[in-house]
Amino acid sequence: MSIIVGSDTRLCVSGITGSEGTFHTLNNRRYGTNVVSGVTPGKGGQDVEGIPVFNTFHSAVGETGANTAMIFVPPPFAADSILEAADAGITTIIAITEGIPAHDELRVYTQLKRDSGVRLIGPNCPGVLSPGKANVGIIPASFFKEGNVGVVSRSGTLTYQIGNELAQSGFGNSSIVGIGGDPVPGSSFIDVIAEFEADPETELIVMSGEIGGDAEEAAAAYIGEHVTKPVVGYIAGFTAPPGKTMGHAGAIVSGSKGTAAAKAEALEAVGVRVGRTPTQVAEIAIEILGR
Amino acid sequence: MDLLEYQGKQLFARHGIPVPTGVPARTVDEAVAAAQEIGYPCVVKAQVKIGGRGKAGGIKVAADAAEARTHAEAILGMDIKGFTVHEVWIEGASQIEAEFYASVIFDRGAKKPLVMFSTKGGMDIEAVADESPEAIATLHVDPLLGFQAYEGRRLAFEGGVDADLVRPIGAFLAKLYDTFVAEEAMLVEVNPLIVTPERTVAALDAKVTLDDNALFRHKDNAALRDPSAEDAQEQMAHDRGLIYVKLDGDIGILGNGAGLVMSTLDVVAQYGGEPANFLDAGGGSKAEAITSAVEVILSNEKVKAVLFNIFGGITRCDEVANGLIEAFRQIKPTVPFVVRLDGTNDVEGRRILAEADLPGVHAVATMNEAAETVVKLAKEASA
Repeated sequence: MSIIVGSDTRLCVSGITGSEGTFHTLNNRRYGTNVVSGVTPGKGGQDVEGIPVFNTFHSAVGETGANTAMIFVPPPFAADSILEAADAGITTIIAITEGIPAHDELRVYTQLKRDSGVRLIGPNCPGVLSPGKANVGIIPASFFKEGNVGVVSRSGTLTYQIGNELAQSGFGNSSIVGIGGDPVPGSSFIDVIAEFEADPETELIVMSGEIGGDAEEAAAAYIGEHVTKPVVGYIAGFTAPPGKTMGHAGAIVSGSKGTAAAKAEALEAVGVRVGRTPTQVAEIAIEILGR
Repeated sequence: MDLLEYQGKQLFARHGIPVPTGVPARTVDEAVAAAQEIGYPCVVKAQVKIGGRGKAGGIKVAADAAEARTHAEAILGMDIKGFTVHEVWIEGASQIEAEFYASVIFDRGAKKPLVMFSTKGGMDIEAVADESPEAIATLHVDPLLGFQAYEGRRLAFEGGVDADLVRPIGAFLAKLYDTFVAEEAMLVEVNPLIVTPERTVAALDAKVTLDDNALFRHKDNAALRDPSAEDAQEQMAHDRGLIYVKLDGDIGILGNGAGLVMSTLDVVAQYGGEPANFLDAGGGSKAEAITSAVEVILSNEKVKAVLFNIFGGITRCDEVANGLIEAFRQIKPTVPFVVRLDGTNDVEGRRILAEADLPGVHAVATMNEAAETVVKLAKEASA
């Protein structure tokens, strides 16, 4: 098992004809992801290395049975593309695009929650990798193998860092999920942790958070109530100064809110062990799984 | 992006929110001319993006031209909590019967706009929230429906305003919400929102934070960015499209990906070092971006050693190595570099660096070892 993407994924890529879109689509297909179609308005009828391109999501879904979308279009068009995919009946949308306006994200989030049955991962995320099954996004798959550790993270490269340390100790992953670094992520830590809890293959959950917002605190409360599997945490940004956006639009300490210390404390209060360095996260994971 | 008070008021005025008439000034003579135009009494207000201006002596009432000059001379160039005053705003003095508070906040937790109103204005709202939270009326707005008239009434009634003010306060809040949505703000705050003896309302202050990601469709707002008020290195990085935040220490940091860079700062601090900056060279960093980033890092004279922490995903380690070699050719750095390359094309990247044998470049295998080494080198350089 795996979560969010797997062997039943039928992927349609929005922005497939752009250079980044083409590059990562083909990378994903090479990994074994079933890429069935792409969407670029005005380029319907063309193909990208044999992958048919459509003008609208509605025709792509109708013709190719796509059930998952990857959004690769630039920020001004991304919210529109997400809503189009949802309206066309896509149930899993993974938005890689960085820099979408926050008010757009808010409208999309509210609409998708109302129109239940659609799951959005991201935006501003590296995507989802289920090793051995499917890769949707930009995660460098060669560093990861199948296994029993589920990883959920607000940051891409930090996920690779932690995942690589686990891999060097012999651990693999059920799925690796980047929920993204924006103020309004489509899926929260809680959404993903709940799926890992229900996934029989996942035996340990690693969550990697960072400064800003209160998603980690909310996740801590949820873990305390609902999660039986061991969870190991990491929080980036202990030394971040207040009032400064640290790269990710959502990574900002506002006054006394959103600090790394408060997040680590909330997690530790419910029994989650929090590593102070990525290396320590791997060490704790190894200790728990016993190897 | 944070706006100055007067820029915020100009935005408010565009959306029909009543604000006192005023004129900005950058010199003493301009300030006096502005005061003459506005008439007396008028208020000379320091324009800096920090609270507590009044207590710091940055807001003064002038009864005539001589006083306006004295105040402008005192306030222009004044330092308020580390911010130099480059600009003042001269506005007509308002008659104040009562001071209220109003704001709209992008509430990330609830994923809805949060509107707040209180009759306890003119003071720090966080203090009000701590001491008497019941004095603040709040509600979340459905972002797809927008702000409804009943929500304005409810906030006014729950805030406890007099009957004759319910309608004006409701209308004020509706316009504030319009501003928040139309200008794509993360925060709009009015403190104080004043009631005049004629029982009209107006925004006497304005605190506005705009969404940087939305500035591409608000060209007027984007033009309000004032490079002269920014740190020289941050401006240089901004011009080159790099994500850079200046910090107080002496260890320059470069990494790829915001999370990894934040984590690198933390690990360096754990080994007893003090980072000089946050710099995210971004995904897929090409050699030119690396060269450019090294220039920005070294333009901060406090930097005594530099740490490269790269975990290549889209970023290729051979590109990073070539970028560093090019930076050494162009800039000839005199401080030591510690370089950790892992991920995509790491073997190739390390080979390129080893062959180039750059002076003062230490290649290390892990993030922890990299942090430890750079802290040691920075300490040696300071000794």
